[in-house]
Amino acid sequence: MSDVFAGLPADDPDTMARLRTRLAARAGHEDLLDVAYRTLDTPAGTLLLAATGLGLVRIAYAVQDHDAALQQLADLVSPRVLHAPGRLDEAARQIDAYFARRRTGFDLPLDRRLSKGFRRDVLTRLLDIPYGGTSSYAQVAAAAGRPRAFRAAGTACATNPLPLVVPCHRVVRSDGAAGSYAGGEPAKHLLLDLESAAAGPAG
Amino acid sequence: MPRPERLPGVSTPSTHSTSRARTRTRARTAGGPPSAAKPPFERVVTEHGPMVLRVVRAVVGPHDAEDAWSETFVAALRAYPELPAGANVEAWLVTIAHRKALDVVRGAARRALPVGELPDRPGRDGRPEDWDPDLWRALAELPPRQRQAVAYHYLAGLPYAEIAALTGGSTDAARRAGADGIRTLRRTYLKEER
Repeated sequence: MSDVFAGLPADDPDTMARLRTRLAARAGHEDLLDVAYRTLDTPAGTLLLAATGLGLVRIAYAVQDHDAALQQLADLVSPRVLHAPGRLDEAARQIDAYFARRRTGFDLPLDRRLSKGFRRDVLTRLLDIPYGGTSSYAQVAAAAGRPRAFRAAGTACATNPLPLVVPCHRVVRSDGAAGSYAGGEPAKHLLLDLESAAAGPAG
Repeated sequence: MPRPERLPGVSTPSTHSTSRARTRTRARTAGGPPSAAKPPFERVVTEHGPMVLRVVRAVVGPHDAEDAWSETFVAALRAYPELPAGANVEAWLVTIAHRKALDVVRGAARRALPVGELPDRPGRDGRPEDWDPDLWRALAELPPRQRQAVAYHYLAGLPYAEIAALTGGSTDAARRAGADGIRTLRRTYLKEER
């Protein structure tokens, strides 16, 4: 049978690319784009950025498995998930500027529905740690109102749905070591070095 | 206003890729709410988009195929949250494509686009219109039922029982339409003598 349809390609990547772009645009116009995502190459690896209509909802490092992150969004937010870079343009621009040391903070609407309870309280506190500064897990736990819950504070950082923008990389161990990070320890060192070089007195 | 998109009888999966999708869905169910365990729609587009494009090209021809594809996937995206987990996604998409193809053809007839005046699509070398005029002509000359049966069976892998549910008539009639259609295509397009 295949001979009859040999003239009808099973795969037509150029047309598919154009149709997908058109679908993402239509979905946006018709309010069907519940979760838009794109990837962004950075010095800390390829990041997955995802946004709902309310704001940025998820950032995932490559080591966190982008497919798993997208599946989680489909399960917890909506299965209407599409690759639609347009909605993430501003987030990508600001993250690029951060890595280029042209920006020390982010001014982006955030959709924080993926974090709840005490973990959310902890992550909210992280937004108070200034660029170039650090805080210990115990200090963060105390700031969130539960001084003894430093392990839970660690878990909150490890499961931060918006790393980088919600700066869990600025939370370090009490002995001064950087400690673990959702994006891997090398990524944490990279971010801390980047911020201390830019913010430090030596410039 | 949007019509609910229904399955042509939710049936046993007929292809390998569907059973793969079911396995994956099951594996991912752990931890999430079971009713929501469904792949991101982007993956539906990746896995089945090319098949739907091929089907609508065969059914409505090169000129209207891209509109039919777009309407199909917008409607599918709209209805996707309500699709039961574990449903046969290919059959569901072909059901929607069948309706959207009819809509697009009706719309094109109303607009009465002069034949031969195909809109330019810049940035692409080799428009589908130019691929193989003999194939498009042979497909266009088939009675619609036969063209649908051939496309849905040979390009989408749908069993004839589901095709019958889609196009009306009995399973046997759908099977005959598919067999007649493919025989005619071989004779008119491949110039095979029997």
